[in-house]
Amino acid sequence: MAHLLNTSFIPSSSTLRRVSPSLQFPGHQRSRVPARIDAKIREIFMPALSSTMTEGKIVSWVRSEGDKLSKGESVVVVESDKADMDVETFYDGYLAAIMVEEGGVAPVGSAIALLAESEAEIAEAKSKAASNSSSSSSSSSSAATAVAEPEKVSENPVPTAAVKVAPVVSMPVASTHPASEGGKRIVASPYAKKLAKELKVELGRVVGSGPMGRIVAKDVEAAAATADVASVGPVSAEVGKSAAAAIELGSVVPFTTMQAAVSRNMVESLSVPTFRVGYTITTDALDSLYKKIKSKGVTMTALLAKATALALVQHPVVNSSCRDGKSFTYNSSINIAVAVAIDGGLITPVLQDADKVDIYSLSRKWKELVDKARAKQLQPHEYNSGTFTLSNLGMFGVDRFDAILPPGTGAIMAVGASQPTVVASKDGRIGMKNQMQVNVTADHRVIYGADLASFLQTLAKIIEDPKDLTF
Amino acid sequence: MQSSLSISVSPHTSLTVQRSNRNALEPLAFAPPSKPLNLRFCGLTREALGFSSLRRNSDSFRFRLSSSARVRRADKFFVSASLSDNGSPPKTFDYDLLIVGAGVGGHGAALHAVEKGLKTAIVEGDVVGGTCVNRGCVPSKALLAVSGRMRELQNDHHLRALGLQVSAAGYDRQGVADHANNLASKIRNNLTNSMKALGVDILTGFGTILGPQKVKVGSDKVVTAKDIIIATGSVPFVPKGIEVDGKTVITSDHALKLESVPDWIAIVGSGYIGLEFSDVYTALGSEVTFIEALDQLMPGFDPEIGKLAQRVLINPRKIDYHTGVFATKITPAKDGKPVTIELIDAKTKEPKDTLEVDAALIATGRAPFTHGLGLENINVATQRGFVPVDERMRVMDSNGNLVPHLYCIGDANGKMMLAHAASAQGISVVEQVTGRDHVLNHLSIPAACFTHPEISMVGLTEPQAREKAEKEGFEISIAKTSFKANTKALAENEGEGLAKLIYRPDNGEILGVHIFGLHAADLIHEASNAIALGTRIQDIKLAVHAHPTLSEVLDELFKSAKVKAHVSGPVSEPIAV
Repeated sequence: MAHLLNTSFIPSSSTLRRVSPSLQFPGHQRSRVPARIDAKIREIFMPALSSTMTEGKIVSWVRSEGDKLSKGESVVVVESDKADMDVETFYDGYLAAIMVEEGGVAPVGSAIALLAESEAEIAEAKSKAASNSSSSSSSSSSAATAVAEPEKVSENPVPTAAVKVAPVVSMPVASTHPASEGGKRIVASPYAKKLAKELKVELGRVVGSGPMGRIVAKDVEAAAATADVASVGPVSAEVGKSAAAAIELGSVVPFTTMQAAVSRNMVESLSVPTFRVGYTITTDALDSLYKKIKSKGVTMTALLAKATALALVQHPVVNSSCRDGKSFTYNSSINIAVAVAIDGGLITPVLQDADKVDIYSLSRKWKELVDKARAKQLQPHEYNSGTFTLSNLGMFGVDRFDAILPPGTGAIMAVGASQPTVVASKDGRIGMKNQMQVNVTADHRVIYGADLASFLQTLAKIIEDPKDLTF
Repeated sequence: MQSSLSISVSPHTSLTVQRSNRNALEPLAFAPPSKPLNLRFCGLTREALGFSSLRRNSDSFRFRLSSSARVRRADKFFVSASLSDNGSPPKTFDYDLLIVGAGVGGHGAALHAVEKGLKTAIVEGDVVGGTCVNRGCVPSKALLAVSGRMRELQNDHHLRALGLQVSAAGYDRQGVADHANNLASKIRNNLTNSMKALGVDILTGFGTILGPQKVKVGSDKVVTAKDIIIATGSVPFVPKGIEVDGKTVITSDHALKLESVPDWIAIVGSGYIGLEFSDVYTALGSEVTFIEALDQLMPGFDPEIGKLAQRVLINPRKIDYHTGVFATKITPAKDGKPVTIELIDAKTKEPKDTLEVDAALIATGRAPFTHGLGLENINVATQRGFVPVDERMRVMDSNGNLVPHLYCIGDANGKMMLAHAASAQGISVVEQVTGRDHVLNHLSIPAACFTHPEISMVGLTEPQAREKAEKEGFEISIAKTSFKANTKALAENEGEGLAKLIYRPDNGEILGVHIFGLHAADLIHEASNAIALGTRIQDIKLAVHAHPTLSEVLDELFKSAKVKAHVSGPVSEPIAV
């Protein structure tokens, strides 16, 4: 499992995934356009022509600037990773300004032209295009090619470039490859180069661990992971600003759709009165159980999800959700969402009915979900049906942190690392135990302090005596 | 034949020797009997052993070299008898047809010659089967069969779409290598047996042309034949500056043994050979860097097919490439240093880059294997090693005159360096020497590249067709169909693919067909047969294809062509090339 992140949580709001990738003009201009240009001037976006397409090359513009277009007409031919395809306009109007010339490459979802509603607006659109082009070109060149989940591709066109490039990973350039000439030349394997381009990792900053110091794929992945961790801190708003290395400093970068969605939800979360309760749980028994059944494919994530689900069975209120502020719902099933960082964002695959499914099936399911998430193949019900969320930063050595409650759910639990700790026991001895800290954020409109406290007590009991986890 | 051989030979050594002895004298003592008769004896009856020829001599000696002194004496006697014949052009011949080189070309010619009633011998200095069987098409198909399966098993997404669950796929390198090797020896035995069964004499030794209609086999054996076919094939071409050590800098000869699977291998040349090996290596976990001298990968393919192939076979795989560069110097790995490759710009000749990789495969094409063939004895000068021939594969000497009774087929003449082209050329020659004039239409010879998915083609590429159309003043049209529309392809979840037809709309002539997609190599033959037989689109589009099959891709292709002429004309003669 890669990196389970805490904050920049993508909510399961349905607006995010209503746009099918085949739409040439994703219908979400509302979310972007007002921020940049007049509503009557629409952006024409690089469409996602396949589920694996991350960027497209403009083969030719079928129409030229100033042409009147009517809905359904071909405007541009785009070369994707699979094929050359005609792209049609979704609206009537005038092709006001072409922002990406023939032969140019643009990431999926970025603006490639402006469509004006009336002739009068052409000039205005042109000036917008001109003023935008500098910022848009810088953002498009640096924009991550990372695709979000396919359903969201057109909605989340330019996932945070900054996330990947931004943090100057403070690794020494220590390539010892004889051909690297002291770092002047970079020796990276073909796949490492491909990955670096995809993940926006600067190869010059990656330490090679392959034969003779060559950079191989896992080095790039490690560098990307470190970059992710460094940039996606608790304050996700920082993401844009920390774009130091590859992005012009001082430039104003408009939110991508994904960033806008995250921002909207984070702001929305402020309307929910949350509070937090922490607990320290001894994990020696869980660790040894894990060691025992690890070979059967059981993962720690599945164990934690299982334990949480079993605790939730006894505390249904913690598994409830309040949407309208007047009533709340006891959810009928216990679906544990687990936050997973993916290229350019974060997704929460859901382990459904985690209380009922046995640990082995749950582990298999988890592996399947993660693979799907990586392959951008998750179906909506597989990431938006969570009733309780787990976020684990333990693998980074984080000992405790604080999660923001995803709107629409009752509670989220932040899990820190399990660490050897000196513990005084009741019988007056001092011993070493592995302990981890968990911290639950909950909606106080429906879940009260005592609810959370007793839930955590139950959870601690289950984890400290985990025989029930394996049935 | 082999079995009959062992039966007759083993129990009666002395008898065999006598027979051999008599045999050896036969060419001198008697005029050859009427050919078909002789052959029938040779090929089909056990008694024929007694009348049969040189191979059995050599075989029996090889088997029981020390069995008796008489044997050795007989051998000597035979040799001197032959040599005494060496001075002047023979009046009578040991054989009707002698083929130098037992590769696929020679084999095809030999089989057809027997069918036509010729007394035939084939000379092989190495192993029967030549490049194709031992170091080319055949073992590479074994490796590609493995790589295809590995790809399927590793493609979780694809498997899940079919509802399959497979846990991690792995492979055993030696097992894969053995499969390739076993296949080669199996096919080699099949080839050998098929010739033996038909009574083709296999003469072991390096063939050298001594003069008209006369060939030396090995160091001292001389054989005469009415007609001679040179089918010596080719060897991997290694450009200057590249040092092949067989371990880290290798040619296809070494790669097919699969002695290692390097983490990172550079493949110099992105033609058929390079592409197929990239498919094998990436499936087995290597990363690949292509080095191509031309400006684009996969030169020689129809550009549109090449572009699509690049999207499917190169871009999503762990492959990168340098185009427009020459590898001027490649040094094998040694003393803990990796393989180094120096690249220069193909146009400016400026040094461009240095690569350091774990291994380099030289797939820059093949060079004819004609050195030491004794062509100077008959005043033939090779061109870059290729034997100059006319359109009937007749060898031309340095003055441009035809050398009578001498033909050259296959890679050695360089017309079309494909195993089945060599075989077709050989059959064409046999047709000619048996009295039926025949000119092979090379435009009807299909070619295939066995990547996953496969690429196949026959006839002209679109640019070639356009050039020809311009020159000859006719119009061409293009029709295309996608595998996405084919039921069988979709059932296999392999909808990626394109078939392209280049044709004359005025008369419906097929100029070229190019296919990229599942089983493309098997699909091309409908088109190549149509070209060979002169079938027009308006006729072939009425032919019925079983549903649901991949062949419907071509059915659809033909049906989507718009031909103005609806009346089918008489079948046109194949065009000579």
